[in-house]
Amino acid sequence: MMHVFGPVWTAPILLGVLTVIGLVSALLGDGVWDAVSAVSLGAVVAVGGWYGLRRPAAR
Amino acid sequence: MTPKNVRRWSWIHKWSSLVSTVFMLLLCLTGLPLIYHHEIIHALGNEVEAPAMPANTPRADIDRVVAAGMAAYPGKVMMYLSQDQDEPDMWAMTLGDTPRDKNYKPLLVDARTAQLLPEPPVEGGPFMSMMFHLHVDLYAGLWGKLFLGFMGLLLIVAVVSGVVLYAPFTRKLAFGTVRHERSRRVRWLDLHNLLGIVTLVWLLVVGTTGVINTWADLLLKVWQKTELAAMTAPYAGLPPVTRLGSMTQVIAAAEKTEPGMRVRYVAFPGTKFATPHHYIVFMQGTTPLTSRLQKPVLVDAQTDQVVASVDLPWYMVALRVSQPLHFGDYGGQALKLLWALLDIATIVVLITGLYLWLKRGKAAAAKPAEVRAEEAAV
Repeated sequence: MMHVFGPVWTAPILLGVLTVIGLVSALLGDGVWDAVSAVSLGAVVAVGGWYGLRRPAAR
Repeated sequence: MTPKNVRRWSWIHKWSSLVSTVFMLLLCLTGLPLIYHHEIIHALGNEVEAPAMPANTPRADIDRVVAAGMAAYPGKVMMYLSQDQDEPDMWAMTLGDTPRDKNYKPLLVDARTAQLLPEPPVEGGPFMSMMFHLHVDLYAGLWGKLFLGFMGLLLIVAVVSGVVLYAPFTRKLAFGTVRHERSRRVRWLDLHNLLGIVTLVWLLVVGTTGVINTWADLLLKVWQKTELAAMTAPYAGLPPVTRLGSMTQVIAAAEKTEPGMRVRYVAFPGTKFATPHHYIVFMQGTTPLTSRLQKPVLVDAQTDQVVASVDLPWYMVALRVSQPLHFGDYGGQALKLLWALLDIATIVVLITGLYLWLKRGKAAAAKPAEVRAEEAAV
């Protein structure tokens, strides 16, 4: 089981938890709930954007 | 994971993806404008707005509103009367030659003056109508919906098998590594894995809720044939209602039964969402969740008396809750933007996946270590 939750899965599990918080929060209410949703789901999108769009530093 | 297992999951991932990819691309591309359908309909000038009046302008009697709509189409019958929470200044109506007319006429009536407003274009105009049908039913009604639902199930299989393959393909790399110095195939494989794992939970939720939505018509029929039929059994065999009572009284009765809720829409007797002898008034709450969990109130069409306030069964609740989670319309502009960005990321996953299949077998480096080792040993 150590392998399953080892380094490979740390980031994906974190992203998954953030996504769930983002999706559920806005369902529960408006205002601050929407803000929590935007920040947590926004973090997931930002991670994708950061790693997907960055270019390697010039060598 | 053993090489054999990697191959097995690769096969599942490959075929579930290949079969569904074209339709998933279509769904992602048509879904993008649907996220912004309000804004697009507004920008295209296809939106009708009630004229501005002081906020305390008294509201017109609903019977006058209904009469104004019916006068516009003599001979047609009322099908639905509805009001959007965000647009309390107008009532939307649909009329048809019969209560189940597919070529219904939409109408808007000012809620304060009971005057007809300009006729809204059907389904938001030709462009949005096309996006809607390509996304929902491929112009093929229930079978189109069920077909897209099946494609959605394949998507779920593809996502799950993709997750299983994530570890063998990435465990030698730090999270998010995109090997730019390598061939395009390796680069796109890394991008596929990265964006696949980033969009994972969102895509599973949007995919699953999309599949549930394709069953909406079936679930409604099940509910009507079981619980609703049992509830209205005493009315079976009675002649259909011809004389319609007062809508003002119907709505007042429903509001009295469910205080704190407001009318979302009224289905008239004989329509798809009502029974031959009852109105069903669908009441909604005011929070994002309770506004979706509509409460049907059954009103006798002869007497205008409430027969029952219905608790929806679990599968109708699941359907209702799954709708916002598919549409992304419950958290303001920020959530819509994130929905659009995740949709675009999914398009990248689909295209990179297709590319990987087209260029398959060319780059040994893009295979997980287990498979490489096995091939070297042969």
